[in-house]
Amino acid sequence: MDAIYLDHAATSPVHPDVIEAMLPVMKQTFGNPSSIHQYGRKARQLLDQARSVAASSIHANEKNIIFTSGGTEADNIALLGTAWANKSKGNHIITTVIEHHATLRTAESLEKQGFEVTYLPVQQSGQVSVKDLRDALTDQTILVSVMMVNNETGVKQPIQEIGELLIDHQAYFHTDAVQAYGICDLDVNVLNVDLLTVSSHKVNGPKGVGFLYIRDGVQINTIQFGGEQERKRRPGTENVANIVGFKKAIELIAGEKDQRLRKYQSYKQTFLETLKELNLDFAINGEEEQLVPTIVNISFPGTNVESLLMNFDLAGIAVSSGSACTAGSIEPSHVLSEMFGSEDERTVNSIRFSFGLANNEKQIIEAATKVGAIVNRLAS
Amino acid sequence: MKDNKDIRVVVGMSGGVDSSVTALLLKEQGYDVVGIFMKNWDDTDESGFCTATEDYDDVIRVCNQLDIPYYAVNFEKQYWDKVFTYFLDEYKAGRTPNPDVMCNKEIKFKAFLDHALSLGADYVATGHYAQIRKTGDRTEMLRGVDRNKDQTYFLNQLSEDILEKVMFPLGHLPKKEVRRIAQEHDLATATKKDSTGICFIGERNFKEFLSEYLPAQPGRMQTMEGEDKGQHEGLMYYTIGQRQGLGIGGPGGPWFVVGKDLNKNILYVEAGYDNEYLYSDSLIATDINWINETPSESFTCTAKFRYRQSDSKVTVVPLGDNKARVVFDQRERSITPGQAVVFYADEICMGGGTIDEIFKDEVMLDYVG
Repeated sequence: MDAIYLDHAATSPVHPDVIEAMLPVMKQTFGNPSSIHQYGRKARQLLDQARSVAASSIHANEKNIIFTSGGTEADNIALLGTAWANKSKGNHIITTVIEHHATLRTAESLEKQGFEVTYLPVQQSGQVSVKDLRDALTDQTILVSVMMVNNETGVKQPIQEIGELLIDHQAYFHTDAVQAYGICDLDVNVLNVDLLTVSSHKVNGPKGVGFLYIRDGVQINTIQFGGEQERKRRPGTENVANIVGFKKAIELIAGEKDQRLRKYQSYKQTFLETLKELNLDFAINGEEEQLVPTIVNISFPGTNVESLLMNFDLAGIAVSSGSACTAGSIEPSHVLSEMFGSEDERTVNSIRFSFGLANNEKQIIEAATKVGAIVNRLAS
Repeated sequence: MKDNKDIRVVVGMSGGVDSSVTALLLKEQGYDVVGIFMKNWDDTDESGFCTATEDYDDVIRVCNQLDIPYYAVNFEKQYWDKVFTYFLDEYKAGRTPNPDVMCNKEIKFKAFLDHALSLGADYVATGHYAQIRKTGDRTEMLRGVDRNKDQTYFLNQLSEDILEKVMFPLGHLPKKEVRRIAQEHDLATATKKDSTGICFIGERNFKEFLSEYLPAQPGRMQTMEGEDKGQHEGLMYYTIGQRQGLGIGGPGGPWFVVGKDLNKNILYVEAGYDNEYLYSDSLIATDINWINETPSESFTCTAKFRYRQSDSKVTVVPLGDNKARVVFDQRERSITPGQAVVFYADEICMGGGTIDEIFKDEVMLDYVG
């Protein structure tokens, strides 16, 4: 039985070209970019090239890119760094109830440190409302952090409108763009964001690397201490091989973005149409028009997540739902709970399918057919 | 006949050595083995530590050694509703419940079995020390070969229908051998200490645990003749035949709990191991489950009134409505309401029920609670 990977929003396979790009770095260019000798310079050269590619991908200047160990670290630096540095201007932070835990837990830690945090609610559509944000803003607000695409539902958030709203406000605007990168058009100037988080392993790059964009002039404190790397924002010897692999992944996205997204969108369509042909009872969570091409979160009435996930896995279909909590058991999705209420059965019968590089059309039909058979068996 | 590789066996894995070896033996026999950890209780403390997390880590390590898929299921709600609620209700009623019997009945061989079947399981397996014997259409449960470990007492509520779908791969092994197999295969849990006590209480102080859920109402201790012997800390903390923790000094001891009056909140104590008040000669059991056929007439067999007690000869008189009178050949000491009475015909476990009322010379001993 060949396994079928439909969990690209969790992590994605590393593109072969990315691996090719990384190997010589590990084999030959092992220098420390901070060293003054030729080994160091060669590594530094690769680092600079990667930074330039990363910057162009979001229409930013390379000096505004900080390489990190991934999305979680970038979110931590963005939130903790700006909150601490701007305490004198106010102690209010706004984020949303649907953020990734990298943001939510960091915001909670800031609450413990005396900051006031407003968590904007989410509508049944899966979007947060700009009006709610406007109502929550005060002259004490120093930071607004809203994700660009929700990782569980794939629903896009109104980032550009929020950016516009905040142009004349002191608050900095951070967006976690981990699930949007490589999919949505990202121009930090159009979006009016001050900080933006990206992760490599969601776009067929290696794990353990990401970047944070920090606009010029943003007051931000250091949260980790060490050497002078990454403008002291992220001390520690740079993971050059990973960063070079990340660069390659970014170049690959830029090269074939539209074609790639059309392909993933067609996978999703095929998947949904096959489910319909099987007369399956299902519903898409979140406003369909607002979904990215790569993600769909589906509720299967009369089933439950634990049984679905295990049955799918035993049938070779890799998907996910919510997040694992203590001792491996599955916690109802906090995102769906906020969208529908914690008692709604959609919180315990929904599965996220996410499409990408590991897929082909034939697999999608096979997966949908297996999903249909399992759901029909469990729901009956 | 199906090949073993086409037979899916879902193993309930606790992270202990017994269930680890259970999975190992089934894997060696070529079955399609899936390991599942049941999370039935949340004991996460303030620092975020949770023993279930540690145990699940052990399940993961063993399953990876065996190269079998593993998952965790959460039965906290079912456990609370079906086992813990019963546990508290029994204590409130002044009885001494047996949550392990209820857990096997409602969780391991109901919720978990249903879940396993939904995964396409042909069988579920656990590391219990009990044996299953299939003869034609008949499925019987036999005591484990290791007499000291035999767990049929706790499995008395399983029906033949359920047992048809169950495997107990350790039933024919002595515990020492199970440890040896684990060590031979270098299983991650080979030297892990066996868990003791009631699973959700763990190593904690029982009184402290119970007081978190039930308010303790201290009251008087008295002899059956009404002589005051001091204060008790709350009737729920005491069980029939208990000697420890009474705190009665002076001559005439040792003292034992012989009964409770729930309405007056009195704990009855009497002196001497062989005190008359500790003895009875029959009982009425309720909620009796007969694993194979349900008897309609009186018969003799042996019975256990507590785990790890040796068998006693009894006569069972069916009363209908899943009740029976159980008459002892010899008087029995400290029979306790709420505990299980389990019946055996030699090696075969016939089933069991809950001890409800206790008699001596055909008079009900209402003082035992």
